[in-house]
Amino acid sequence: MAQILAPSTQWQMRISKPSTNASPMTAKMWGSLLLKQNKKGATRSSSKFRVLALKSDNSTVNRIEDLLNLDVTPFTDKIIAEYIWIGGSGIDLRSKSRTISKPVEHPSELPKWNYDGSSTGQAPGEDSEVILYPQAIFKDPFRGGNNILVICDTYTPAGEPIPTNKRARAAEVFSDKKVTDEVPWFGIEQEYTLLQTNVKWPLGWPVGGYPGPQGPYYCAAGADKSFGRDISDAHYKACLYAGINISGTNGEVMPGQWEYQVGPSVGIEAGDHIWCSRYILERITEQAGVVLTLDPKPIEGDWNGAGCHTNYSTKSMREDGGYEVIKKAILNLSLRHKEHISAYGEGNERRLTGKHETASINTFSWGVANRGCSIRVGRETEKQGKGYLEDRRPASNMDPYVVTSLLAETTVLWEPTLEAEALAAQKLALNV
Amino acid sequence: MSLLTDLLNLNLSATTEKVIAEYIWIGGSGMDLRSKARTLSGPVSDPSKLPKWNYDGSSTGQAPGEDSEVILYPQAIFRDPFRRGNNILVMCDTYTPAGDPIPTNKRAAAAKIFSHPDVVAEVPWYGIEQEYTLLQKDVKWPIGWPLGGFPGPQGPYYCAAGADKAFGRDIVDSHYKACLYAGINISGINGEVMPGQWEFQVGPSVGISAGDELWAARYILERITEIAGVVLSFDPKPIQGDWNGAGAHTNYSTKSMRNDGGYEVIKKAIEKLGLRHKEHISAYGEGNERRLTGRHETADINTFLWGVANRGASIRVGRDTEQAGKGYFEDRRPASNMDPYVVTSMIADTTILWKP
Repeated sequence: MAQILAPSTQWQMRISKPSTNASPMTAKMWGSLLLKQNKKGATRSSSKFRVLALKSDNSTVNRIEDLLNLDVTPFTDKIIAEYIWIGGSGIDLRSKSRTISKPVEHPSELPKWNYDGSSTGQAPGEDSEVILYPQAIFKDPFRGGNNILVICDTYTPAGEPIPTNKRARAAEVFSDKKVTDEVPWFGIEQEYTLLQTNVKWPLGWPVGGYPGPQGPYYCAAGADKSFGRDISDAHYKACLYAGINISGTNGEVMPGQWEYQVGPSVGIEAGDHIWCSRYILERITEQAGVVLTLDPKPIEGDWNGAGCHTNYSTKSMREDGGYEVIKKAILNLSLRHKEHISAYGEGNERRLTGKHETASINTFSWGVANRGCSIRVGRETEKQGKGYLEDRRPASNMDPYVVTSLLAETTVLWEPTLEAEALAAQKLALNV
Repeated sequence: MSLLTDLLNLNLSATTEKVIAEYIWIGGSGMDLRSKARTLSGPVSDPSKLPKWNYDGSSTGQAPGEDSEVILYPQAIFRDPFRRGNNILVMCDTYTPAGDPIPTNKRAAAAKIFSHPDVVAEVPWYGIEQEYTLLQKDVKWPIGWPLGGFPGPQGPYYCAAGADKAFGRDIVDSHYKACLYAGINISGINGEVMPGQWEFQVGPSVGISAGDELWAARYILERITEIAGVVLSFDPKPIQGDWNGAGAHTNYSTKSMRNDGGYEVIKKAIEKLGLRHKEHISAYGEGNERRLTGRHETADINTFLWGVANRGASIRVGRDTEQAGKGYFEDRRPASNMDPYVVTSMIADTTILWKP
């Protein structure tokens, strides 16, 4: 029986009553995540989800809950906007909030802002300001009311995108007429692993040991097979509330690993929605006292890695005769395998081994219904002669702005030389 | 338990006109907040309509036992986020029975400066960035830090989310809404560079209200951390070593600075501040010398330095101010335990009234 350990030094809310409020997340029963596990041996008796406050079960805790869930709309028009940006590592999310005088509908109504880039590895101390440009608005599932989350990208004071800003270049690609005409759709399958807080070991795994081998866990239920469902479920509703295009969720092959999908999204939205969903996931795991990791191969050995398969189609692929367009796209992708791989996430070589439902990192392959390939085409698509393709190469820590724009660029804007094309067609057995 | 919650949240307006007013004042250390409550016969929105009150100054180091009464003059009203309904919080300052401000009353002198016609004409705006650290209750160690050890070095924590990076967000978020409810001009929050440290900003506020609002916000924060079982610290350097300190950077502008040609006015003001560096530093908070080392985004305490976008300076001017030719500047010297009445009035005094 797996035992979930939560750190006792973590300051968290232990909610003792379910809230009647529909939206704010803090009203959820986090206790159910951890406390309903059957305790085997009382080594960690009541330390499960302890708030530092709760040495006594005192009603005063509910007063913080009241404040967190306070609906200020009867008293003021002001709203709180949480500005979110990507930090210096390219995968760390940062945010801070500001008061806006009244509700807004469109990012263009929000002011630009700035932050201390020297604290995120994005600017030197003597010239530390990095400017935030609001790009996408979502409803704030934590604060409720008219409060919002704002996805931003980052610029120098002179107006140039800073080096870690990948959205700016993607936006250029997605505003190219050839690309907009093709209405590129993306469906991104974000996998992630949950870790215990005081040890970097997956949730539900015995500390100092391993669970039984993979097999029973994929899409399973049960206290011995599914660890952390409350996080996945809370995240699902929070994203729906926020206005993110979340399309599904499932438990993954490795225990403690989950997946959710966002899409179909058009163009640059795919990136904005994935980054916002990652932020919401990090906030939820923070509340739950569990650590989120997007590492592509969290545990070495006979354990699946975590990917970010990207499903992709253009208007031509979705229309009659689309299957030929798909094959041509795959041809183009095969000729730029190295460029794509280098942009598909740090540490991917630990994951793309050719085992565990991946293709080897140095090989480009494609196939219908083949999960051991770089690109997989669904049986439905083959049958109907139109549809979409799935690029299985991106790692869970990929930047969706980079991956989506690169796919669009390689398949819509880039043209190989005729000789290269012919050679590749032969190699891949593609009659195009 | 449910009975206690019901009573705490009892909505009195259905049964009585009476309201509860929590009178708040600053105690003998200049940093300890005190309060007690009284019943009023009906709702009040104007501080001048509230009765003066008094308290036992010998219990707060502000009066001798044989002559212990200190008088409270109500100065600002805010809605009470804990009692809600028509109940209020009242920021007061402290006087002898004869009507003189007692020595720890810094508001009175500030009010004089802010009512000087030259200062009134310049409409001084303040935006104060209050940093603070949250400590575990039974040991004086920051929340989220392992006992007997340290977390990983600074880098991942600034503005971050995640159970291994952000400790105590519920306090910060509930404080934000509570202040909005109360009518305090809270303009934002963020997680700070040192884990367990946070910041909120109040402003832009005009003149004396900057001090009133910041003190009320500090009071609300102390009440919330009390509920959460966590200890609030305004110490400017809670942990020695390679860990950031806590400041109260004060952003400031006058009408002339906000209008065209304001950048020249700003530069003149900064010059004047440079000539009074020692006087300001001595009023900018106890223990600031442990924080202003020249490292960790501070300027050394003995140096006066200013620069555009330079976080290692005493005074920082934003790039947008430089570009627009007008705006405001940020005094990065005040410590988190500064008295906003002192700091705001001193900046106004030096830059508007003082002639070198």
